[in-house]
Amino acid sequence: MAGAPAPGRSGEAAARAARIRRNWLLAAPALLLLLLAASGPLLVVVVYSVLEPAEYSGVVWELSGEGWFRVLFHRDIFDETVGLADAHLTIFWRSASISLLTTIITLLLGFPTAYFIATRPPRQRTLWLFLVTIPFWTNLLIRTFAIMEVVRNQGILNSWAMAAGIIETPIQILYTDTAVLIGMVYVYLPLMVLPLYAAMERLDFRLVEAAYDLYASRWRVLTRVIVPLVKPGIVAGSILVFIPSLGAYVTPRVLGGGKNMMISNLIELQFGEGRNWPLGAALSMTLLAFVMLALLFYVRNMSRLERRG
Amino acid sequence: MQEAIGRAGAPIDGGRSAAERVMVEARSVSKHFGGGDQVVKALDAVSVGIREGEFFTLLGPSGCGKTTLLRLIAGFEHPTMGAILLDGADISALPPYKRPVNTVFQSYALFPHLTVADNIGFGLQMLGRPKAEIADTVDEMLRMVKMEAMRDRQTAQLSGGQQQRVALARALAPRPKVLLLDEPLSALDLKLRKEMQVELKRLQLETGITFVFVTHDQGEALAMSDRIAVMSEGRILQVGSPHEIYEHPADHFVASFIGETNFLTAAVEGIEAGQVRLRLGGALEVRAGLPEGMTPGERVTVVVRPEHLRIEAAGAGAGLPATVGDVVYLGTDTHYHLRLADGEALFARVQNRPEGGDGWQAGDAVAATFPPSAVRVLRD
Repeated sequence: MAGAPAPGRSGEAAARAARIRRNWLLAAPALLLLLLAASGPLLVVVVYSVLEPAEYSGVVWELSGEGWFRVLFHRDIFDETVGLADAHLTIFWRSASISLLTTIITLLLGFPTAYFIATRPPRQRTLWLFLVTIPFWTNLLIRTFAIMEVVRNQGILNSWAMAAGIIETPIQILYTDTAVLIGMVYVYLPLMVLPLYAAMERLDFRLVEAAYDLYASRWRVLTRVIVPLVKPGIVAGSILVFIPSLGAYVTPRVLGGGKNMMISNLIELQFGEGRNWPLGAALSMTLLAFVMLALLFYVRNMSRLERRG
Repeated sequence: MQEAIGRAGAPIDGGRSAAERVMVEARSVSKHFGGGDQVVKALDAVSVGIREGEFFTLLGPSGCGKTTLLRLIAGFEHPTMGAILLDGADISALPPYKRPVNTVFQSYALFPHLTVADNIGFGLQMLGRPKAEIADTVDEMLRMVKMEAMRDRQTAQLSGGQQQRVALARALAPRPKVLLLDEPLSALDLKLRKEMQVELKRLQLETGITFVFVTHDQGEALAMSDRIAVMSEGRILQVGSPHEIYEHPADHFVASFIGETNFLTAAVEGIEAGQVRLRLGGALEVRAGLPEGMTPGERVTVVVRPEHLRIEAAGAGAGLPATVGDVVYLGTDTHYHLRLADGEALFARVQNRPEGGDGWQAGDAVAATFPPSAVRVLRD
């Protein structure tokens, strides 16, 4: 019995090794799928971005930096002079600003919504959450066409405003950045509400009472207690809205018409009519870089929050 | 309003001089929850005056309305009928952040995103006090609750007892006119609870602030309070000093809720000069005072506290004849469960003496004796 602890520990170690083996085995199919389905195509895109474009489409297997060069710069067709690719910069700026505005507006709209749901009796909350997720049940394209019906010149918004006497002639909303923004806010609002709700549901409302008791007005309670405590939800919701907004394709395509492109539409153009696959691939990588930056910000923010407890 | 709260840095003294001034008053306050057929009357026309500088306890079982009354004073709830007055002014309609009243919550409710010092300074910060003053007060409060070393800790790193001290310091820092305490000791273990009882009493005496303390623990209430209000089913049954509540319970509920007691039915033999002649157990005759304004019927209920009972050999004196049932030895006391001739049960607590006692055994025929002054007549 004197040596009992040693065999006991080796038994524990063996059991743990078996458990780890089993877990890896369980994870194997998913890991394999991720490797093939995510990393594989990504590798193809990386390789394409450094090749020569073929005349009509596809690539010529010759190493070239032209694709990456054309992301930011423009070469004149006649005299080969180099300038900044203003069109691309405009599109990058539009993508970033529309995504940022979408994030801010969904946050402003989603925060009170999530607060409202989190303060309902538990049974009612399920119903409200269900209502928030209903738009997910319909195809994105169809929902976007529905928004088109709302904002177009003879659409609901304009005809009501005219009937109410607020405006005399229709306001051109469709095929503007405003239309894109409206569509994006509509599409991504649930992605903001859900993580905000998750954070607020965990919020101890007795802390809100404690703050009221300690002379904090409603506004101060919001800014000094509620917002700091639901910050993980705010960050998660913002990331969940910002990242897909940056890569949005359908909404700017339908509501922005051809001219108000965002990055994804530009990428599609290069793989289609533009017939410049390397440029398209390089633009894709640029978009990925933006997304990575946003994720990095998120991870740093979260780890700081967690360190603080 | 903020001036009224602004007593930070005022000299700490007992503040007993104006002890008779009413600080908090409830004027026939009712609070109903729900609607239609499912109205719950949490408070039913409660009136009570809490004096400046006293340690006042609302005591009762869960659901008696004590916490509701506390929340009405704090401003988290507003009365359905009646009014709450603070220092003579009607505050019924004011939100919590406009009342110079602070609360120590049962769950402590410390802000997890703030340090100990920031928690304590929160109220003063919201009142817009200068930074230097806040820092001074926070230091003073940390000293007062003996938590100087924890100043910059996160609250999650604190033990239950430490969180309790921070919660107290946070509520006292703005120098409220009234400190409300909602069962603050219920989450602590027995030893810590005893320590905190002494600590709370010390803080109350040091600051001179009116404390309104809610508890369901009668021992806690007796140990700390200047006065106790015993509550049941949304009403206040009796208000008095611990001594009055224990020695002269007004009714059956108060007598049974505070301490252990024996209830006996007595036949009324006659009434003379505010005193009543009673016959107990068909044998013993005693005289007892009547509660104010009571006109007894043929029978009344009386109480005799178990520690007032003595057990003597049968026939030794004027006592109630009884048979010893269970005997429970508890170190300091021995509990004797007696059965009277008419079947009524009686419970006696006899203090154990170093020289040893009589040591009655189960089945012994004895007489339960008590001084006539131990008999209290209850209202019906």
